[in-house]
Amino acid sequence: MPTEKMQRISLINLEQNFQEVEQGYSNQEATEEANRCLYCYDAPCIKACPTGIDIPTFIKKIASGNLLGSAKTIMSSNPVGASCARVCPTEELCEGSCVLNYSTSPIMIGKLQRFATDWAIQNDRTLFGPGPSNGKKVAIIGAGPAGLSAARELARFGYDVTIFEAAEKAGGLNTYGIVSFRLPQRISYWEVEQVKKLNVKIRTNTAVGKDISAQELLEKFDRIVLAVGMGNVPSLEIEGENLNGVYDAIEFVKATKTGKLSQHFIGKKVVVIGAGNTAIDGATCSVRLGAENVKIIYRRTAEEMTAYDFEYEFAKMDGVEFRWLTAPKRILGDENGKVIGIECYKMKLGDPEADGRRRPVAIQNSEFVIQADAVIKAIGQTRHINLIEQFGIAHENGVVQVNPQNWQTSNPKIVACGDVIFGKGKGEAMVVTAAQQGKMAAYEIHKQLSSVSSPV
Amino acid sequence: MADLRINLAGIESPNPFWLASAPPTNSGYQVQRAFEAGWGGAVWKTLGDPILNVTSRFAGISFNGQRVAGFNNIELITDRPLDVNLKEIYETKKKFPNHAVIASLMVEPQQEKWHEIVKRVEDVGVDGLELNFGCPHGMAERGMGSASGQVPALVERQTYWVKEVAKTPVIVKLTPNITDITATAEAAANGGADAISMINTINSLMGVDLDTWNPIPHVAGKGAHGGYCGPAVKPIALNMVADCARHPQINIPISGIGGISNWRDAVEFMLMGATGVQVCTAAMHHGFRIVEDMIEGLNHYLDSKGIVSVSEIIGKSVPKYSDWGDLDLNYNIAARINTDVCINCNKCYIACEDTSHQCIERLTDSTGKSYLKVREEDCVGCNLCSIVCPVDGAIDMIELPRELPPMTWNERQAVLNAAACKVDISK
Repeated sequence: MPTEKMQRISLINLEQNFQEVEQGYSNQEATEEANRCLYCYDAPCIKACPTGIDIPTFIKKIASGNLLGSAKTIMSSNPVGASCARVCPTEELCEGSCVLNYSTSPIMIGKLQRFATDWAIQNDRTLFGPGPSNGKKVAIIGAGPAGLSAARELARFGYDVTIFEAAEKAGGLNTYGIVSFRLPQRISYWEVEQVKKLNVKIRTNTAVGKDISAQELLEKFDRIVLAVGMGNVPSLEIEGENLNGVYDAIEFVKATKTGKLSQHFIGKKVVVIGAGNTAIDGATCSVRLGAENVKIIYRRTAEEMTAYDFEYEFAKMDGVEFRWLTAPKRILGDENGKVIGIECYKMKLGDPEADGRRRPVAIQNSEFVIQADAVIKAIGQTRHINLIEQFGIAHENGVVQVNPQNWQTSNPKIVACGDVIFGKGKGEAMVVTAAQQGKMAAYEIHKQLSSVSSPV
Repeated sequence: MADLRINLAGIESPNPFWLASAPPTNSGYQVQRAFEAGWGGAVWKTLGDPILNVTSRFAGISFNGQRVAGFNNIELITDRPLDVNLKEIYETKKKFPNHAVIASLMVEPQQEKWHEIVKRVEDVGVDGLELNFGCPHGMAERGMGSASGQVPALVERQTYWVKEVAKTPVIVKLTPNITDITATAEAAANGGADAISMINTINSLMGVDLDTWNPIPHVAGKGAHGGYCGPAVKPIALNMVADCARHPQINIPISGIGGISNWRDAVEFMLMGATGVQVCTAAMHHGFRIVEDMIEGLNHYLDSKGIVSVSEIIGKSVPKYSDWGDLDLNYNIAARINTDVCINCNKCYIACEDTSHQCIERLTDSTGKSYLKVREEDCVGCNLCSIVCPVDGAIDMIELPRELPPMTWNERQAVLNAAACKVDISK
């Protein structure tokens, strides 16, 4: 009997598998849902949104047919509001706080936000203009959600903003890191365009520290916003890691968003190591690339897994299998250096660690082998320590230290925001949080520079 | 099961639900379908000299996605030959002898015209007549419909002419497009009407198209006022029915019309003095089948109240409807918020704060949870908070202990006047 997965996944047309899963609202659906909103006063959903979008107002505007106004309300609070409409864990944020949870069912805020921003995208609307030039220059390193958000706000204040981006395209995680079937690239590109229309210069293919020095930026700009995010997946430090068929999950997802989709995974067995949202992405992308069997192995249990519930459910729908309390020992290859399997330990949970999660401990003589044609590593992300050190700012294992009041690093000319300041145990690294931090960093710079009287 | 039969001025029907004279009663086919669905009676689409209609004819008002909150039309009386209508009325009455078939009539205000049509219609066996003095558009421009219905003398005279020849009960249908409907109701009674029905539709312009700037509905880009009906007009109609019901000079039965959409509305109209009700918009919105719930719902309601016959409820609320000057100035209620039911949307707070009496406070309890509380000493008992509250049972309006004995404005003025007289006398 064909499973649901088999019906949805095409082995002939892989592109089709990467089309957006969730359908947007029709006009009528959006109007009906918008009319259901109570238009609360001092609404809890606003407080639950890290960027503080005035949600009842944007929903009211959908109901009245003022879609341009609705999109402006969203995007003025969140410069990447179109992406967030698709990727925010809304059940845990705005929708989770909707008062209708206590009477009927919550308003589908994310879908309404998507409806309004999709309207602006489809109708090619420019929502904001640059402020009158104030002659001050700000460099932003990284064109991801935090960097774009900071750039947008600074440009509206009249700053001369230049973003330096190492990748070919701007957008960061939204462009390269979030799977296409959740967030099509065109959404991220539209947000980038909105920022560009404020006269923000985005220098792509320009890695700070390689193509331009940190020193030069410090000399040429009045302020610097460090928003470089995080790097690739770190090494597992196990045997076989360099075999042909071992992938970095970040790179693996990025490959599905750039150029032609690989045909190499059709009918293959894939093992993903880790159980965060990136691991889920690696697994569901593998399924969509035609893999016959995809297993996620995790050294702890479903309890400790950091992936969102809806991501976990989504992976299960895709037929992804989960092997809990399983840790990799070594990756096995054939005589040609190609992956053929992965040897694992069975684990058990010991005493709690500093973060409260119980430490996984390997069970002796429990080794077993899982056959695999590919292994995808998704055990976290490295830090851009080298770049951080070129700026000479304080950090802790690559997490830039900032004054929580003003986002300032140890160098008063540099503020930092987004994943680059995201440390363990400090909530969740969400796009929406990065966007808010970018805004706050921009406001801090503006506060500092507009209070200093400019030299005549 | 309660007895749902009614007798309105001698017209009997198996239940109080009649279709009003309108598009749903345009033909024998439709009226027979309606009777099969369960409607107790039908007032046939108004008969008169054949007319011409325009397209388009109807418009609806949606409110926050709810369609047909209000409805309007610029359709005229029947556009079918009188002979055809009379033949179908005859056939319908033959098939459904126990259902009420009433002919709605509209002719020019001339005695012989009324005499002629009344005779022809009664010849085919109708149970009663309804004189259409209410249609506000088209026909009114030709001196008929509401043009007649707005002049009490014309209402009285034409009713009298009809009564000169009519053998069946005569209902006069009144227009609401008048300052005081009791004036025309009284005129109808004086002319000999056996009953009155109200309301006909209200003068209305449904809207303007934001792109074409055309009126809605429009005919080749041009519009004219239409007749407004549907759920939105119910409060207006109910007040007019109640005003006639409590009027000492109007002592004939009332057929209630105006936004009646379900059995609950029907009960309200009957409690306020209607002997039966007429429905149009609800049928146009949902089809004839809605009558099934109307009948069943009314039945269950009467059973639950231990009422044997629907006629027992007629007018039971009329004594409770009066003038403002008869209301007790010393009666006090205040809002009370049930924090266990409240979902903290703060709609009551902002409504009271911005637009009423600033007596709802936003507080935080010892656990840091926010809640709302009414400052009862400042609450004027206006109901606004409980009206805007989206959750059933979250706000109750509580009767406060009396501090003073009941006193109405009229009583108060009487006391003051008496005191003033005494002062005058003592001078």
